[in-house]
Amino acid sequence: MNHLITLPIILPLLLATLQLLPVFEKSIERQRVISLVGSLTLVIVSVALLMSASAGNVTLYALGNWDAPFGIQLVGDRLSSLMVLLTSLLLLSANLYASAGDDNQGRYFYPLMMFQAMGINGAFLTGDIFNLFVFFEILLIASYSLLIHGGGKHKTSAAVHYVFLNLVGSAIFLFALGIIYGTLGTLNMADMALRVRELNESEIQLTKIGGMMLLSVFALKAALLPLQFWLPRTYASAPGPVVALFAIMTKVGIYSIIRVQNLIFGDSAGALTDLGQDWIWVLALGTLVMATLGVISAPSVKRLAAHLVILSVGTLLVAVGFGSANSLSAALYYAVHSTLAGAAFFLIGDIIAEQRERSFDRIVAGRSLAQPMSIGILFFIAALTLIGMPPLSGFIGKFLIMKSIDSSSALVWAWPLLLIGSLAALVAFSRAGSTLFWRSNGKPDSSKASATRKFIAVGILLSAAPLMSLFAGPITQYTDATVEQLQAFEHDPTQIMAKGVQQ
Amino acid sequence: MLNLFWIPLLTLIGVFVSLSANRVSRTACAYATAALPAAALAIVISYAPSVLDGEHFVEQFEWIPAVGLELAFRLDGFALLFALLILGIGLLVILYARYYLSEQDNMPRFYAMLILFMTAMLGIVLSENLIQLWLFWELTSISSFLLISFWNHKSEARKGARMALTITGMGGLALFAGILLIGQVVGSFNLTDVLAQGDLIRGSELYPYILVLVLLGAFTKSAQFPFHFWLPHAMAAPTPVSAYLHSATMVKAGIFLMARLYPALAGTDMWFLIVTLTGLATLLVGAYMALFKHDLKGLLAYSTISHLGLITLLLGLNSKLAAVAATFHIINHATFKASLFMAAGIIDHETGSRDMRKLNGLWRYMPHTAMLAMVAALAMAGVPLLNGFLSKEMFFAETLQQGSLGALSWILPVLATVAGIFSVAYSLRFIHDVFFNGEPINLPKTPHEPPRYMKIPVEILVALCFVVGIAPGLVVAEILHSAATSLLQGETPYYSLAIWHGFNFPLLMSFIALLGGIVVYATRKQLFEFQAQFPERDAKAIFDQNIKRIVDAATRIYGTLENGSLQRYTMLFILSVALFTTVPMTKLINLEGARPLLPVDGISIVATIILVVSTLVTLIWHRKRMIALIAVSVVGLIVSLIFARFSAPDLALTQLSVEVVTVILLMLALFFLPQVTAKAASPSSVVRDLGLATLIGGVMATISYAMMTHPQTSIADFFIANSKTGGGGTNVVNVILVDFRGFDTFGEITVLGIAGLGIYKLIARMKLFMPSADLNGIPWSNDHHPMMLATVSRALLPLALLVSAYIFLRGHNLPGGGFIAGLVTAVALILQYIANGVDFMRERSKLNYQWLISVGLIIAGATGMGSWLFGYPFLSSWFDYFYLPGIGKFELASAMLFDLGVYLTVIGSTLLILGNLGALTTHARPEESK
Repeated sequence: MNHLITLPIILPLLLATLQLLPVFEKSIERQRVISLVGSLTLVIVSVALLMSASAGNVTLYALGNWDAPFGIQLVGDRLSSLMVLLTSLLLLSANLYASAGDDNQGRYFYPLMMFQAMGINGAFLTGDIFNLFVFFEILLIASYSLLIHGGGKHKTSAAVHYVFLNLVGSAIFLFALGIIYGTLGTLNMADMALRVRELNESEIQLTKIGGMMLLSVFALKAALLPLQFWLPRTYASAPGPVVALFAIMTKVGIYSIIRVQNLIFGDSAGALTDLGQDWIWVLALGTLVMATLGVISAPSVKRLAAHLVILSVGTLLVAVGFGSANSLSAALYYAVHSTLAGAAFFLIGDIIAEQRERSFDRIVAGRSLAQPMSIGILFFIAALTLIGMPPLSGFIGKFLIMKSIDSSSALVWAWPLLLIGSLAALVAFSRAGSTLFWRSNGKPDSSKASATRKFIAVGILLSAAPLMSLFAGPITQYTDATVEQLQAFEHDPTQIMAKGVQQ
Repeated sequence: MLNLFWIPLLTLIGVFVSLSANRVSRTACAYATAALPAAALAIVISYAPSVLDGEHFVEQFEWIPAVGLELAFRLDGFALLFALLILGIGLLVILYARYYLSEQDNMPRFYAMLILFMTAMLGIVLSENLIQLWLFWELTSISSFLLISFWNHKSEARKGARMALTITGMGGLALFAGILLIGQVVGSFNLTDVLAQGDLIRGSELYPYILVLVLLGAFTKSAQFPFHFWLPHAMAAPTPVSAYLHSATMVKAGIFLMARLYPALAGTDMWFLIVTLTGLATLLVGAYMALFKHDLKGLLAYSTISHLGLITLLLGLNSKLAAVAATFHIINHATFKASLFMAAGIIDHETGSRDMRKLNGLWRYMPHTAMLAMVAALAMAGVPLLNGFLSKEMFFAETLQQGSLGALSWILPVLATVAGIFSVAYSLRFIHDVFFNGEPINLPKTPHEPPRYMKIPVEILVALCFVVGIAPGLVVAEILHSAATSLLQGETPYYSLAIWHGFNFPLLMSFIALLGGIVVYATRKQLFEFQAQFPERDAKAIFDQNIKRIVDAATRIYGTLENGSLQRYTMLFILSVALFTTVPMTKLINLEGARPLLPVDGISIVATIILVVSTLVTLIWHRKRMIALIAVSVVGLIVSLIFARFSAPDLALTQLSVEVVTVILLMLALFFLPQVTAKAASPSSVVRDLGLATLIGGVMATISYAMMTHPQTSIADFFIANSKTGGGGTNVVNVILVDFRGFDTFGEITVLGIAGLGIYKLIARMKLFMPSADLNGIPWSNDHHPMMLATVSRALLPLALLVSAYIFLRGHNLPGGGFIAGLVTAVALILQYIANGVDFMRERSKLNYQWLISVGLIIAGATGMGSWLFGYPFLSSWFDYFYLPGIGKFELASAMLFDLGVYLTVIGSTLLILGNLGALTTHARPEESK
């Protein structure tokens, strides 16, 4: 029995709980060591999972040794393994960044980061929709607490918005689950996919209601128009390393949409096929418009980063909403790219805010940064990546998505908005960059220099930009195979129904 | 022969060579920088003989095979011509820049960016794949941005750079879309395929879009009217950059693109109209504006625009001969304009000024430089025996051949001649104003000749102007032929490079242009006065204003939408849910399912009435917090009763204990809330909220009704059947919680644990205002721990603990379990806090709640992992029955251990929250802090 697949969930839990005990509680140094070693281990575990998945294996794990659909199961396929690896990389970088001192600004930093990672990984790995709810709760409750790390009025008030909206979201999630369980009588997602094929007319309509409610909850997490307004303020006020990990949060929503759309409401779902797809498409286009306005008007680096997150959400969901195999594969590439680049840019914003007195990360002329050269280079690379300029990953991602949206009725809408979004980012970045780095007064004050490990953390995240471009061939092969795998599961959901060990 | 890949690769490596040459002398840095481009040039030259023989080379390497993206390079005649220009002029510029840059300038950085640009430019001209071409295209925009802003302490450099980047970036995006469309039509991004499918592209319904998008890219890059305005502002760059990027190479990228795609896109009326008219407008605007610039580089910039317009116009004519002329003019313009820029740079360098109103009579101070500049300027004017004359002749001849405008066809040669007149005039101005025309006025430096080596690049280029002008057949015939052949992808028409074609119309036009130019220059005073009547339009200011306008508009629109109102965001969410669900709701014909309704009894009616009334009370008096809290707790109580009524005792017990804990929590929170309630909402928002609540409530009620009346089949039957045999317990709910879906419970107690930690984290650093009296000024009671309560609570503790132990133990078979037991224990302990105070508890209880959470979670997790030892998945349960004398038969189950983890976590979390929130109320109190 191979238990590897449980580790992305259980390891962070253990790491978190151990740090609450006396041995670690009082010593931030020990917490740093165990957290960094732990995060690194998680990366290794995730790589192992990904290797196994890319060899074509699907790991099914029947928790409690109950066969699906009765027990809860974990599913390690190409999609979930990819997302777990992404989370682990973010966690490692965020923890490394925080270990320069941000971790000491309040209690329980590392335990909460670990809990958060546990929730995110669980959401990616579970094959059970109620269990997905549970992991959503874990990642949310941890994120509530992390948002206020370091204290302050802004953080608290932004957190209140976030908490309240997500509580409403959780309530709607439960409603949706109640309805869907009522009509389908099961919680295992593969089993749900089987059962939607045998519904009668009124059950179909009820399931539609439940499915659409579910979609609205996922849309809230994903920050799809009109449910994205909370994001900029919340993200901009959150502590740097925390928001770096948050870069994956919108992707959890998008992942859920992809998973549910492609498994439960896929091609074999009869009247329920592509439930809500039109809504996703239209709203994603709207999201692009809003994000473009936001990017242009962003007054600070972190706000800019937040609006770029929304821009990436719009881009991704346009591809998801278009709904072809190619566009989905392109979306997966783009998801990885945008998460890493987004996280890196948030951290860069954080370093800038740290080094400038009073003007923080606001895009106004101010004192010179302590390390203008190194920050400038990182900023420049992040900018190229996020705008979608060649030769980095953003360019490949945008190219793949635009090329995949190939019907003229669709590209008429999507292409201009995507390109205008890029142009807005270009304008915003050149404005921000020339103001922050060139319109500064005073000499760099090297006593305010940031810790080297912060730069290493950003470097780890940013290194993905050239690497993902260089290895775009193998990566797109992987994402293509991922989409094929999703289609195969949809075709025959019994492939992913776990069996327990025979007693 | 080396691989084509080495050409851009070598220069790319050169970037790092320059960057690392920061410790050596400036001359060594320049040599190091030049080494690799020189090697690349050698490779290009090694290919030259075969290319000139008509061969072409394509080499490719897979990148993203799934979408037809390859790294592919192509070297044919046209690419060869450009590669030679880029590398040749590039090397000269490197040499020139060595003397141009001052000690303060960061030379390695400058060279690195210059070589990066060179790489990008080579990439464009050598690309076989269009997407790859675009990649390098954008790289030229980026490196140009960096080079223009090289002196980034200057505002004009920053603004000029941003403007150039924005305009060319915009065009770049359009081009990207155009290329994607081409790929859609042709099914490939490779030039070989695209050029072979010209008819397919021109016949496609997408052709107009493709053409406009591609041309947008080309026009912005090549500074065509009306996008020309960025180029003069790019002159804020150091002069070597202007010479290289903004006259000889980068601005030619747009021209290159039009020429490269000529076989695929040209030949239609649309092409003719757009390209010719744009070229013509640019030609005229540039030539006219150049005359009025007082800045040397400004004059040259507008002249560049004008010449780019000329080449564009030629390409637009849809004539093969014109395309040859365009190619020829590309070569000529690159040589004379680069040398002019370098000369202007020398003048600026040695006099400290570029203002032609101050620069006069330099002939006496720098005759050598003056000589070179004058020859180049004459070439620009199109004077015979110099290269500019030849291509201009061809241009004039071509405008005469054009008949597409019908009866208006005469207009083209006339306007071409007008442009020629201005071109001569501004060339004359360049020569006369700078080198003659009196004495210098107030120059910052005394002019003198520049260092010897600074003039060498200029000399080489000027020599080329001469040689080409005198013996074109010997020097350029071969390469021109091969370039034009590959441009046209077919045979070139007959053309003659002779200097003398006899007396003909083109010669007449040249003559008129020369004479007219002299006349215009002679009457420049009047012209300047005329021009002075127009207000000066500063493109930079206009651009800045427009950007600002866009930013302001975006801020305004976005600001009204994202207004920071939680109410609005919640409304949007609820509206979305309602909107998403209404469509399927309207299609749900049979709201009521087949399941029969239960009979209604008196108790249910009473309970329902209480539920509704207490809900209404909560709503109506929600600003009176105490009343609202009591009312809402009644709601919770009724819900517990409903659970009990419908045979869910576990749920009822859980709900009940959760209610108790919640109410205590809220009571504590109420203490800190402001006593004065916020102002009532405005009537309109009350109406809005009521409407919204009714809507969503209606939706939910309808769905609930439908759900409850529809018959269900679910996996629940399996749980009931297997609870005892598989899970070892008769209480199905508990077996589901700790066994079938133990993983959910594991997650939920984690949530609870995190909630405890999170709330403690929040309140640990809070400094809250402590009200000492209520709203009416009546002080809080001094009797904090009433005797009765203290006594009773102490007596109750052991009893409560016993009850919780009992509930815990029987949980597997009867209503109860770790969760409920944990809550009961927690409530019992909280009661001690309330009755006896924090200090009382601190003295007696050494429990650390944080550790309790940790230990609870570890126990639960370890139980789960225990099954690994036996080869089973996480959380697999084990149970067996044992017999002990005195106790009898009993069951031991791993689930109980798991439940113990649940129990401890619940206690730890609840008390971590309540204990600490409670402590917050006491310690700040003056009488207790003594």
